[in-house]
This record gives sequence, structure tokens and C-alpha cells, in this order.
Amino acid sequence: MGLKARLFLFVITSIGGAIGAAQEKNQLRFCLGAQPRTFNPLLVADEASETVRYLTGGVLMRLNRASQQLEPELATAWKINHAGNAIVFTLREGLRFSDGSSFSAEDVAYTVQQLMDPALHSPTGDSFRSGEGKVVTRVEGKYSITITFPSPVVGLDKLFDQVAILSATSKQKEMAVLGPYYVENKSGSHLVLRRNPNYWKRDAAGRQLPYIDSVRLDIQENRDMEMLRLQRGEIDLINSLNAESFDRLKAAAPEMAHDAGVSLDSEEMWFNQVPSSPLPEYKKAWFRSTRFRRAVSSAIRRDDLARVVFRGHAQAAVSWISPANKFWYNQRLHPHGFDLKSALDLLGADGFRIDRQVLRDRAGHAVEFSVITNAGNKDRERLAAMIQQDLAAIGIRLNVVTLDFMSLMERITRTFNYEACLLGLVNDELDPNAQMNIWLSSAENHQWNPQQKTPATAWEAEIDRLMRLQASTLDGKRRKQAVDRVQEIVWEQEPFIYLVNKNALSAVSPNVHHARPVALRPQTFWNIDELTLENENASRR
Amino acid sequence: MKRIRTASILFLLAVALACGFADLIAPNGYARQYRDAPEAACSRQHWLGTDDLGRDRFARLLYGTRVSLTLAPAAALLSTLLAALIGGSAGFAGGWFATLVMSATDLVLSLPWFFLLITVRALLPLNVDPRASVALTFALLGCLGWAGAARVICADARSLRSSDMILLARASGIPPIRLLMRHLLPNLKPVLYAQFWISIPVFILAEANLGMLGLGVAEPLPSWGSLLRELESFTTGGAGPWQFAPLILLVATISCFHLAFEKEDQWA
Amino acid sequence: MRRLVKHAVRLMITLLLGGFLSATLVRLAPGYGAGEEDLDSRLSGESHAALRQARGREESLPRYYLRYLERLMHGDLGESLGTHESVRQLLADRFPETFATVTAGLAFAWTLGLGLALLAVASRCAVMQSAANLAAAVVICIPAAVLALLFVMARAPGRLAVGVIVFPKLYQYARNLLGRSFALPHVLTARAKGLTSLRILVWHVLPVSARPLLALAGVSVCTAFAAAIPVEVVCDLPGIGQLAWKAALSRDLGLLVNLTMLVTLIALAANAAADLLGQPTRTERS
Repeated sequence: MGLKARLFLFVITSIGGAIGAAQEKNQLRFCLGAQPRTFNPLLVADEASETVRYLTGGVLMRLNRASQQLEPELATAWKINHAGNAIVFTLREGLRFSDGSSFSAEDVAYTVQQLMDPALHSPTGDSFRSGEGKVVTRVEGKYSITITFPSPVVGLDKLFDQVAILSATSKQKEMAVLGPYYVENKSGSHLVLRRNPNYWKRDAAGRQLPYIDSVRLDIQENRDMEMLRLQRGEIDLINSLNAESFDRLKAAAPEMAHDAGVSLDSEEMWFNQVPSSPLPEYKKAWFRSTRFRRAVSSAIRRDDLARVVFRGHAQAAVSWISPANKFWYNQRLHPHGFDLKSALDLLGADGFRIDRQVLRDRAGHAVEFSVITNAGNKDRERLAAMIQQDLAAIGIRLNVVTLDFMSLMERITRTFNYEACLLGLVNDELDPNAQMNIWLSSAENHQWNPQQKTPATAWEAEIDRLMRLQASTLDGKRRKQAVDRVQEIVWEQEPFIYLVNKNALSAVSPNVHHARPVALRPQTFWNIDELTLENENASRR
Repeated sequence: MKRIRTASILFLLAVALACGFADLIAPNGYARQYRDAPEAACSRQHWLGTDDLGRDRFARLLYGTRVSLTLAPAAALLSTLLAALIGGSAGFAGGWFATLVMSATDLVLSLPWFFLLITVRALLPLNVDPRASVALTFALLGCLGWAGAARVICADARSLRSSDMILLARASGIPPIRLLMRHLLPNLKPVLYAQFWISIPVFILAEANLGMLGLGVAEPLPSWGSLLRELESFTTGGAGPWQFAPLILLVATISCFHLAFEKEDQWA
Repeated sequence: MRRLVKHAVRLMITLLLGGFLSATLVRLAPGYGAGEEDLDSRLSGESHAALRQARGREESLPRYYLRYLERLMHGDLGESLGTHESVRQLLADRFPETFATVTAGLAFAWTLGLGLALLAVASRCAVMQSAANLAAAVVICIPAAVLALLFVMARAPGRLAVGVIVFPKLYQYARNLLGRSFALPHVLTARAKGLTSLRILVWHVLPVSARPLLALAGVSVCTAFAAAIPVEVVCDLPGIGQLAWKAALSRDLGLLVNLTMLVTLIALAANAAADLLGQPTRTERS
């Protein structure tokens, strides 16, 4: 059996070699922003590795990026028990990995055991962890498996979108895959993914998918270069463009530019509220004051930020859930509008006063603070410069400091030697449960004041309670109520001052057919199976 | 030739005056954001258009010139002096001292100074005046930029040391100080000059890169370096010719300095 | 022979010192041991702690360096902190690319720089001089990244961009050096006697300028390597310049120490070669 499959592979590759140049024609090309850190799908944390995982990994079910609904893949059916801590999968039969080894429930069991190994420290695995204890996998036949978690996991089924199934037996280990492509070739400058000859999916006419024979991923850090190469026809798509490039592309080649509307990503600013931080006490007091934070927030013209920095391809943000997240977004909330008077009133109520165009606190300290952001991100540098001018209107002197990313990380996660920070949050998960580690006051990523022993404020305690509540109930309505309330509290207290939600801007060459760019990652090639290229299209007709 | 020199001096004077009276020429300042007109083309209000936040490019150019034109030559002078001191003394002394100094120079040339700069930023408070920070940046650059030139100067000094002229001077018993002032320095001058002129634009550009590390010019203060960084986006198209104004001014100023202050018959 | 041994010893000491100093700089810089994963909200607290521990093995600097030297004796350069690839493999993969870039760039820069300098000085034509000066002035004012992008746009080989970045510095030094040599009394005499320009150049000017020019050659190697960083990053050439830039951004100590030592080695070798070649002129003359 193995020999036959290998022979098949050999034939495929030798044909590939023979027609070489001709085959490159049916090749989709695009750029990765960095070298993938890992090819082990369980350890994926960076965007480049995620792209490779999406294109090569076979998953039990896939979240349709357009409809935001789950669709069966390797599992034909699944069922979550009443308690919400176990899931039963019925698997597709007779499938093979790219190396020819066969697929069964044993592989799923192996993958889950590997994933949940506490020593692995996988982000994908950690998102399944809801309580102490071991995960039990029970293989109930060649194509059926039950996975039982120590305690209920909310949104359990959706999490499997991230779990690429490994082979328990293959010698190629993680390089044996069930997805549409396998990694054929990796070098310092590019990767070539070849179509998986054993991929199970077929189109309505019975033709094996995917249509495109290979994908070439060039590692290209420079965004300007990526754009240049797209315009020259050297690459076929760009997943995410900045507004400047998007507008330029739109002017030059309108058919290539796609604005899929508001995305899940946000840009936000927050004040350092860590009690042990090396800031003077009076500054800590400002930053701890809700009125102060709200005044700063009201003095910012979010509409200008969206219009000037993002050229209209963004909208004022409301709270921690983007309007792109249709189900979880709290419709009752509206963005904080620009309101100079209310800003001054709030400051006045806190004892601040303006004295010759300089805002001073009760003790007479001039209000001056710095905001740090990562160097090289032009959008953030511009945001900071605009906020600087906005705050000058209420007598606040803001100093913009750009730092290289690692220095910034050290300040915000270890030394806490900063006053305010402007960063963006990249978010892929629709389920708010994925953000537990941001909102729990005891969590590591509770940026403004992480790892609190007990909640520092009443509203943080309330957020803790609501977030725990939504994590422990499977009742969709109660979860939604809890999450709505958390959004309201965050809107009122503004520990994060949400600025804008960016639109998902992408570019697809007219050479690529059936592309339907969406707001969720991977924006342009989420339906890779269906994509065709111009030349291939012609030959099929 | 004389006419060209007069013209260059006049040009430099005009630049200096424009920078000096920037507050009068561009009364709205370099930081004001005309948010309704970002990336505007040249017009009567904005002679060189506006940048991506709607700030007047002409005003930014004036103020940026003021910052860079005072600090970059100072840094260049510092690094040239250091290079002359280190390279020159090593060259004249020779022997093990020269070997030691040149080894140190090689080290300085290849160490990752990036990390020192990052560390310096970490030691500074975050709320530091942009002007103080830019002055510090140029000082740092001046202190780090001597190594390449020191090597060349050292080699030059060594060949000078063994030249007939110096041998003669030594034989006739001229004291070392006088030897240095009268015979050595004047002969090193062309190389020192070259180092000085080359390093001005290099420092201007280096300051722009340091701005990215939180050192150097911080928003909203402009500098030539930060204005030149704007050029980085022009390659993907969509930029107007007015974006090249900082580059043209920089080249023109440096060239005029050359023409005005270099002795024309120095090496003719 | 003794000189060679002396040179070798000096080279070794400088090299080891370079490695140690660069390790110190990296270790003391802020952000050492931080990682992007720190912001990954999917990871649990235990995972964060474990990852952090794995990254910044809290080891004292001298101990790290001693261990590094011990491994170095066995020919093991260690592994990259970020990708866990063997440093030796990475360097072997990427060095040829950079070597080609730097060689091509230097050849181009020297041809252009020295050629123009000679033309400007020997021809004594004002227009020629001004044109060459202006070209050098313009090029030196353009940021390296922009120059590299321009090359990409023009679909010109990125390697030449290194040459163009190095060229103005070469030109300006060379012009001043040659200018001075041409003004020396014996050259003026030769000129007055009606010798041809070429003869003056080869017999009278070049011997005098040889040593500073050789020193300049040594320095230009370092400059070219420094220029290779932005060029490789922008033009996407997978060389050690690109590697160094990424390593610097991610505080990849294992990689950076080796890269510094490699660059120091090249700088020292280039300069030592320049010194050795430059020495005979003195013995000849004295």
C-alpha cells in the first residue's frame, strides 16, 4: 500500500519536474511577512506559520470565514454533551495523509493528546484549558472518537478550527498533512506548497480539489515591495494592506482592491495602572481615575483618526468587541464622541484646572505624560501625533515615544516603566471566551494592571464575575447578556481607550478567480479550494 | 569661480535667515494639522503641500533645517575631531600603540551599536524634551562615528610621518607641538575636510533611523532626517515632486558649503 | 613570519573581545528575553511563565560566554534563539549571498568612485569636477532604504545598490587624497616637464597615495557590509545582513554573537591585508 502511494507521489513529482515551467503557471504566489517560526501545527503562534497551517492542515471542522458558521471537514458530524465537557466526532472514512498513511480516530486521539500535553505550551492547546485535570480521548471504532475535558469548555466546537490533525504513525511526522497542500520545499527566502495528491475534497463534478497546483510563499518583510510586486504581476494577492497602499491601488487598478468592511482588529491606548510601577504617585492617581481616562477619551477625535490616518477605511471603535463580530457585539453602545466640554467637566470634577493653557492637577502638577508605541508602524505613529494635538486642546502635553518592539514589550510586560501605550490588538477569535486572559484581573494579559491578587477596583471584580459566568454556562442567551454587560463596563471605565476598528483591506489580482475577500483571517485565500487562476481556467473551458 | 562662490554664500545666507526667522515666515508652525487637507499638493497656503497628517511641509522644512543644520555639523565636527585625535596620534606614534588603537577601531566598526542606543533610550526618562533628545542623539552619533575615518587618517598620518618633509623638520629639531600644528595638521586637512563633509548627511540620515528607536527627533518636531524618511513611501507611486524638496535643499546646502568654504586651488 | 604570527594573535584577541562585547551589549539591552508570545492572550499563565523561562535562561554573562567558547572549540556555534536552527547552517546558507553582494558592490563602488575621482582630479575640468561632486552629494543624501527601493523599482540588481551606497564616501576621500598627491612638488615638476597624465598617475601619484587608499579599501569593506543590511532587507536578498537585522530585532543572542565575530573577522582581515600590502612602500622608500 505504502509502495503504491509512494509511486504515485513519485509520478506526480516527476511530472512536475518534467513540465517544470508549465506547471509554475498554475501557481498561486503571495508573500509572507516573516519566516514561519514553526511547521508544527500545534505550536503555531505567528501569522506566517498560521498561513502554512491553514493551507496544509486538515481540520475536523472549519469555520466558514464568510458565513461565520462551522462546516464539516474531516468530521462528518459531531455532538457536544449536555454538560459541555465532551464532544463526539464521527470521521470521514478512507482518507489518507499526504504521505499515504491512512487516517483514523487514532490520529485524532494522538493529536489531541499531543496538543493537551502541559509541557507543550501551545496557544491552541491552552485555549481548550478550562480547569485542572486530564483530557481523556476514547477511540470508539476506527472512525469515531469521544474527547472528554475536565470541565465544560464554552465554544468547544469552534476551537477545533485551529487543530490540524497529525498522523500518529507517519515517519514524516508533522509534515504529513490532510489539507489541500503539503510543504514541498522551504528555503530562507520562500516556501513552495504542492497540492496534496491525497486530498479528499472533490468539487460537484467529481474533480479533486484544489484547482491550483502549487502555492509559492515568498518571504517579504517590506510592505512597499509587496505592493510593487503585486502591481508588476509577480504575486497574486495581498492579505492585508494599509490604507495608504489600498487607496493607491484603488486609483491604479480598482478591480484589485477589496475593502471587506470592518474587521476584528482594533487600535487602542491604555494607561499604566500597575500599583508597583516606577511612576510618581500623582501620575498613578491620574491614571487610576475613571474621570481622567474618560476625559482623555472624549478629547480624542476618533472620526479624524479614521478619516486621516486610515483614509476612511476604519471606524470609531466602541468597546472590546468589534461590530464585525455580528453575534457578540453590543448593539446598544456607541463610540465615545468628541466632546471638549464634557472632557473639561470631567477633569474639573476631579480637581484639574486649566491655567494658561496648561492643565494642572489639584496639587499643581502640569499634566504631561508619554505614550509609547512600536517603531516602524506608520499608522500608530500618525495616530499618536494626532492624539497629541487633540490632547493639547485640553492643556495636556503628550510626548510620543517610539520604541523597538522588544523594548516596548519589556516595558509593558516586565518593568511597567511606561505611562501610556498605544497598540493594536489582532484578534482572530469570534468567541469572547478567547479573551479571558485579557479581562480577568488575575490574568497575564490584563495589560493595564496584570496579575492582580484580588481585583483592584469594584468594576474589575464585576468583569471577573461576568467573564467567569460566561465561561461556565452553555446557555447562549446568558452568555450574551454577561458579555454585553462587560462591554458596557469597559465602555464606561475605559481601561483600554478603544480608538478605531480597521477595515479588512486586501488585494487580489484579476488573475485569481472566485476569490471572495472577507474580514476574517485569512482574508483572501480562506476558500483556497475553490480558487482558480486565469490560465488554468482557460484550459478547463 | 568667484561668482559661484558668492552665489553659494548668498544661498547659505538665505537658508540661514529663513531658518532664523522661521517663526515669521511660517507663523502657523510646524505642528498644526490641517486635517481637512492631508497630503495636499502645492498651493498658495501650503507652498510645498502638506504631509500625511496635513501639516505644512514648508514650515516643517524650515524648522527641520534649523534643527539639522545646527546639530549635524556639530556632530560631524565632534566625530572628525575624535577621528583626527585617535587616528592621528596612532599614526604618528606608530608601534604597539598604533596596533592597539587600530584593533580598537576595528572592534568599534563591527560591534552592534544598535543595542547601545536602545540601552541609552531605556536609561533616559520617557518624558524628555524633543530638543534635548535630538541634541543627545547627535552627540551619540558624533561619539560613535569616528572609527572609519580614524583608520584612513591613521594611514595618512603614517605615510606623512615618513615623508621627507617631516623627516627634515625633525632633523632640524622642531618641537613636537610645532611639528603637529605647522606641518602635520595642515597636511591632514584635506582628509579631515572630506570626513567632515561626508559625515554631515550621514548623521542627518542616521538621526532619522534613531527616531524610530525613540531617540532623536520626536513628534511633532521635524528634522531633515524625518522629512527624508517620507521618501520611503514614494516608490510605490503617488507622490508629488514637492516631496523631494527636503532632498534638494539638503543637497544644495551641502554643495554650497563645499563651494563656499573649500579652497578652490587646494588640489588643483 | 613573526609578523604573521603577531597579526594572528592580535586577530584572535580582538575577535574574542568583539564577541564578548557584543554579547554584553545584547544582554544588557532592554527587551532581552522578551517575546511576542507575551501578548498572546490564548496562552495560560503557566505557559507564559514556561516560555519566558525557556527564552531568557537566567545565566550570568561570563558563564554564558565561557560556555559559548567551550562549544566554539568543538566547532559548535550554537543555535538561533528564535528558530532553533543551527547557527553554522544558517551562516553557511546565507554567507555566499552576502559575499556576492558585497564583492559586486565593492567592485562597482571602486570602479565608479576611483574612476570619477581620477577624472575629476586629473582632468582639471571644472564641469567634470562639479558633476562628479554633485552626483556624490545627491547619492549620499538619499536614505539607504530608498536607494535600495529605487533599484528594485528599476529592476536593477540589488547588489549594485550596495555599490552606490559606498561610492560617494569612497569618491570624496579618494578625490581629496589624489588631489593632494597631484599637488605634490614632484608631480608638479613632472607635469611641467610635460609627462603624460597616465605616466604621472602611475609613477608619481599612485605610489604616494597607495597606503591611504589601501586603508580606505579596508574601511570600505566594513562600510559595504553595513550597507548590505538595509539593502538585503529591502531587496529581499537572503544574506547575513537580513539575518542580522532580524536577529537584532528579536534579541537573538546566539546568532548575534556569531555574526559580530564574523563581521569583526572580516573587518580585521581586510584591514590587516591592507596594512600588510601597504607596508612595502615604506621599506622601499626608506
